[in-house]
Amino acid sequence: MNAWTLILLLLAVMAAAYNLGRKRAISGAGGIAQIKTLHSLPVYYGLYAALWAGIPALLLLGLWSGFQDQIITALVSSSLPPDIVNGLSEGRIGLLINDIKNLATGNIVSSTVTPEIQAAADQFARLEWIASGAKWLVVLAVAIAGLALALSQTAPKMRARNRVETIVKGIMILFSSIAILTTLGILLSVVFESLRFFHSIPPLDFFLGINWSPQIALRADQVGASGEFGAIPLFTGTLMVSVIAMLVAVPIGLMAAIYLSEYASRKVRAFAKPVIEVLAGIPTVVYGFFAALTVAPFVRELGESVGLHVASESALAAGLVMGVMIIPFVSSLSDDVINAVPQSMRDGSFALGATQSETIRRVIVPAALPGIVGGILLAVSRAIGETMIVVMAAGMSANLTANPLDSVTTVTVQIVTLLTGDQEFDSAKTLAAFALGLTLFMVTLVLNVIALTIVRKYREQYD
Amino acid sequence: MTNPSTPSDSVTPRRAADIVNASLKRRYAKERRFRLIGAAAVGLGLTFVLLLFGDIISKGYTAFQQTYIQLPVTLSEDLIDPEGTRDPMTLARADYMTPIRQSLRQFFPEVKDRRTRRQLNSIISVGAPQLLGEEVVADPALVGTTHEYWILVDDDIDMLVKGYIDRNAPESDRRVNDQVIGWIDRLEQEGRVAKRFNTIFFTHGTSREPELAGIAGALMGSFYTLILALTLSFPIGVGAALYLEEFAPKNRWTDLIEVNINNLAAVPSIVFGLLGLAVFIGFFGVPRSTPLVAALVLTLMTLPIIIISSRAALKSVPPSIREAALGVGASPLQTQFHHVLPLAMPGMLTGTILGMAHALGETAPLLMIGMIAFIVDVPGGFTDPATVLPVQIFLWADSPERGFVERTSAAIMVLLAFLFLMNLAAVLLRRRFERRW
Repeated sequence: MNAWTLILLLLAVMAAAYNLGRKRAISGAGGIAQIKTLHSLPVYYGLYAALWAGIPALLLLGLWSGFQDQIITALVSSSLPPDIVNGLSEGRIGLLINDIKNLATGNIVSSTVTPEIQAAADQFARLEWIASGAKWLVVLAVAIAGLALALSQTAPKMRARNRVETIVKGIMILFSSIAILTTLGILLSVVFESLRFFHSIPPLDFFLGINWSPQIALRADQVGASGEFGAIPLFTGTLMVSVIAMLVAVPIGLMAAIYLSEYASRKVRAFAKPVIEVLAGIPTVVYGFFAALTVAPFVRELGESVGLHVASESALAAGLVMGVMIIPFVSSLSDDVINAVPQSMRDGSFALGATQSETIRRVIVPAALPGIVGGILLAVSRAIGETMIVVMAAGMSANLTANPLDSVTTVTVQIVTLLTGDQEFDSAKTLAAFALGLTLFMVTLVLNVIALTIVRKYREQYD
Repeated sequence: MTNPSTPSDSVTPRRAADIVNASLKRRYAKERRFRLIGAAAVGLGLTFVLLLFGDIISKGYTAFQQTYIQLPVTLSEDLIDPEGTRDPMTLARADYMTPIRQSLRQFFPEVKDRRTRRQLNSIISVGAPQLLGEEVVADPALVGTTHEYWILVDDDIDMLVKGYIDRNAPESDRRVNDQVIGWIDRLEQEGRVAKRFNTIFFTHGTSREPELAGIAGALMGSFYTLILALTLSFPIGVGAALYLEEFAPKNRWTDLIEVNINNLAAVPSIVFGLLGLAVFIGFFGVPRSTPLVAALVLTLMTLPIIIISSRAALKSVPPSIREAALGVGASPLQTQFHHVLPLAMPGMLTGTILGMAHALGETAPLLMIGMIAFIVDVPGGFTDPATVLPVQIFLWADSPERGFVERTSAAIMVLLAFLFLMNLAAVLLRRRFERRW
């Protein structure tokens, strides 16, 4: 709660700064009657003071909170006696540091407490205490210094409004750059970890191998100690579930869009369109529950009644439910593009004597095709990246199979299983998840870029 | 598609109208078929909605009631508070299981040997003593008296009373054996078994025991996460939209930002989880499984949605408003903040609410950042370990006990109710404030 109190305090300082700045501007002008001698409205002088008091301090607070832990950890680990650290792997040192932290905060410690570790923990606690004390002091000092600076500049001639507007504009530019930073963050985090992964597992083995069993070894001499990281079964599994999903979603979604935009009466459309779009708003975990507890047993019983063996976690069940989830994507995107086809094209077709279905199939769908394909590609990317349904309803075992009744696993399922168990952060098992994440990100990125380009081109065509 | 140039036609050329007339019947049939397929697709879509909701509700509505048995429990002073201090700590820690078991045994005097006695005891939930203890702490006068109490039963008994256990199945396949069923039936005949409103479900954190598991912890976790995500993403989203729509020069940089935003809106959510794990937890050391880190990840995830909808809202404000404001001498920023933004606000809020609804239902990225931990306590702040409602649903769905199926469904119903309310708010906001220019 420490940081929150500090933030509240900073907000209080900003409020005070606003008042001070305003009052100082008014009194500098010679009272409320002389207010017209000010360059800007008094509000802007207040805002100027508040911004100067708040922003540098908040920035500092953010940076400090972000890096405090790292710096203290680095300090503590560099001051560890060399005879403890020598001969330990990187992971072991990490564990040791973790123990020291736990000891310092009074949590349970996994190893026995030696005097050296106790000393390091004491040092850690002391540094932590100094750091948080210093944080308060420095942040508040910066806030008050900012306030003083702003107040010292406040004079009737100061162009307060222009300065405030420049700052606000700067903040807005910063906010809009967050999108870039996010993409950069995603890329950096997955690329770096993937590079480390490919350092130990050659990329060819990963992308072309057909065995996936990412067990980590408990002992060095264990059978299959290294684990196998051939991702082909995951790719085929993802592909199969996505294809099943698209086989459900594309016909139903497309036909529903055509019916609703071309045939349905206004009343039916006003009812059916939002109801179908409800499907898009349902959280995927709900679909997962539905797939695992209702659809999978149903598919299994159905298969068994005609004498087929169906795995209890079949690709079919997961794919069917995923298809239902994607229906509204296909239908609303198709609906948009079908509605964008100019009425004159329909009229022309009818004038030549075509029936409504002929008009739709020969004129409207071909005209809307680029947009529809773009929408379908977006839906495919959605299917590939979908996680919860497959985690809950598809299996964990990496089977290389073409039988939809078998259990398959997908890229997203493996990312979740690799990262939610107990793990060392550096093991190949954990890093494999980032390599899979990189693959997933790149594939969906390419699909999205193609789809968005097609959709945009198409929109320009009729605008 | 009759071909007019076949030999027979070339002798006596047919009129085009004849060809058309001949094919009309087939074409109309095709038309009807096509129309039927379309209607069937719409019908299928509607059926899926119905099926999904029907399934969840039919599985989950029973979880809002919980089975209790009424027992006269004697809380003797020697056992509960031997020193007579009525100190809340002593009262809370006292042994309440023994008096409950004694009371239950009075109804079945024939139970003598250890094994049957243990079975009889297993009717009572392991959480029952604690609940009784809470009652006594609230009213210490109960010590030393005998009262009729409603005692929580084990989840297996709860399932039996609710009819989820097939009494005709062979005894070895059942979680409850014939003897226990006999006891419960006897208690039922005496009117001592009742289903009462399940307050535990709404006031407790999660538990390994279905009858003690509640969604309070997950709800509070979701609440803290959403509040923080909202305070971060709304100003950032609106600021970014305002800059990109109104101020940004058309150059490479803004193009890049725009492409980025559109792409981020379609990036799989699990990738944001990887980002959160590597950057927020791994690099900046934000504590794992807290609403804070969840909110950061969800903010990045919902920002594109909010920016895109806010830009649409800004676009719908007519340029004449801007021109009028600039004309009377407002600065560009004043024009935006005093005139354009208030007019675009309903649209922006609608987009934000929808983005938050999206964030409320999101599960996958939160699994990566440790929200999957088993946390019993109800979180009290942004940096307490917590879980959120969808992740709770995921965890319960994985639990093998039959009792968790109905609780999972009930939790889903609560989640859907919140989503419904948020969407309703968005629709009402749009209806009430949206202006057509």
